[in-house]
Amino acid sequence: MSDFLPTGIQLTYLVAASLFIIGLKQLGSPATARGGNTLAAVGMLLAIVATMLDQQVLNYEMILIGLAIGSVIGAIAAYKVQMTEMPQMVGLLNGLGGAASALVAVAEFWRLLGTSQPIPLESNISILLDVFIGGVTFTGSMVAFAKLQGLISGSPITFPLQQAVNALLLVSLIGGSGYLLIDPNSLPVFLAVVTASLILGVLFVIPIGGGDMPVVISLLNSLSGIAAAAAGFVVMNNMLIISGALVGASGLILTQIMCKAMNRSLISVLFTSFGKAAVAGGASGGTTDKSVRSIDPEEGAMMLGYARSVVIVPGYGMAVAQAQHSIRELADQLERMGVDVKYAIHPVAGRMPGHMNVLLAEANVPYEQLHDMDDINPQFDQTDVALVIGANDVVNPSARHDTASPIYGMPILEVDRAKQTIVIKRGMSTGFAGVDNDLFYKAKTTMLFGGAKDMVAKLVAEVKQL
Amino acid sequence: MTETLIAALFVFVLASFTGFEVINKVPPTLHTPLMSGSNAISGIAVVGALVASGAREWNLSVILGLIAVILATINVVGGFLVTDRMLQMFKKKEIKA
Repeated sequence: MSDFLPTGIQLTYLVAASLFIIGLKQLGSPATARGGNTLAAVGMLLAIVATMLDQQVLNYEMILIGLAIGSVIGAIAAYKVQMTEMPQMVGLLNGLGGAASALVAVAEFWRLLGTSQPIPLESNISILLDVFIGGVTFTGSMVAFAKLQGLISGSPITFPLQQAVNALLLVSLIGGSGYLLIDPNSLPVFLAVVTASLILGVLFVIPIGGGDMPVVISLLNSLSGIAAAAAGFVVMNNMLIISGALVGASGLILTQIMCKAMNRSLISVLFTSFGKAAVAGGASGGTTDKSVRSIDPEEGAMMLGYARSVVIVPGYGMAVAQAQHSIRELADQLERMGVDVKYAIHPVAGRMPGHMNVLLAEANVPYEQLHDMDDINPQFDQTDVALVIGANDVVNPSARHDTASPIYGMPILEVDRAKQTIVIKRGMSTGFAGVDNDLFYKAKTTMLFGGAKDMVAKLVAEVKQL
Repeated sequence: MTETLIAALFVFVLASFTGFEVINKVPPTLHTPLMSGSNAISGIAVVGALVASGAREWNLSVILGLIAVILATINVVGGFLVTDRMLQMFKKKEIKA
């Protein structure tokens, strides 16, 4: 693999890599984002065509069939997927990318094994790294997909001695890799390393709960990039190394933003399951003699209809109920009555970064009405009604003052500062963090119990009659 | 070989810094499209898969390579198309506003 590819191909790669960088840059601004995506796609096409011209690539028919199968499946998936299912979709695609990278490493290992020459140390290290990162990305993403899709429970799955098992796996993985560096031709050990990587990916994601998914999805996205870069080291291809590094970096930035928005370190997200820690905190809360005030949609509609300003706070519950279109309808109706309507979006609302923004965009909510946390928090003082729909932990005031609370220190949307707060919720169950929410018991807070979509639809009907 | 490895490491590190610089300060609205778009780019593994499956004769490497081609292509095509679909929704709204 060390022999250089012809200059033309290399130059095409250079162009493609530049297109990726420009494309990513443009993806960072609303006005140019779509063009940026197209540029990156063109770069990808160039890279694939150039590679097909490589002298090593002779197996055209089969490869074209493979490309065609992949394109059809990819296109169908892209057009069929619902916007509420975007986190799963990204998770799934991530996993496939990771799997592809790992397979490249396994294929290269098999090829080198067949040459009956000793496998060079550098190739060996790259192959092992690629198998490990690619394997973990693959199974980790699949578990994340299954959790988001509801195929397995979204809450943290833990078992006794979990950390010990993980540590044991990791040690055996490192041991196996070390063994392979000395004796690269041992197929059983190699297969054991592959298997250990795959199992580790599963164990790495199952203890992480639904609300931490924005962090996990970002991290897996980053890993899929690093896996591609590792595959680049395996086949010594700069194109893969550059693109992989770009994606790895972008994923890391998003991971960082998500962690910051939850005021948790990456380590704590990955290694302490939130739900568990919360049990201890919740129990000490003493929630016995608090009362909640429940109202019906008619009263709710009156509060909203006669308000001057309303801030809508959507959360994961809105996504699950697919209530975004009804919410848009409600907002339109209120605006027609002269109410100033804004949306407040917490960075980790939903199951992936920017999840709420996409859903509201799907419902044609104007971009200018969406406000992020830093922007909207000072405005709650002048807000008549804050309408919380399917959000819980991100509006929990305990994060501000209760040092015993597991979510203490997490930046929240300060809806309790509004003159009135209406919370649409199915029941009194706790949010993902498992913490009781003081907001529900405040004198200014009223609860509308019911499914998000159903309740919002009723509100729309009632507001129309005002 | 070691020299090419060092050169590749240089490329990796410099590209990582480029990535950090280019993607810093992206507004929250674009987080999801950025993620699915960069996700599609990570499907560049397809290039490695093409090289791996390029040989004429049938063996395990080629079969694994071809599977990798299919998986990576799903990642690439699905990723770019779904990103475009999302960004289209953003666009529609901007004109209206």
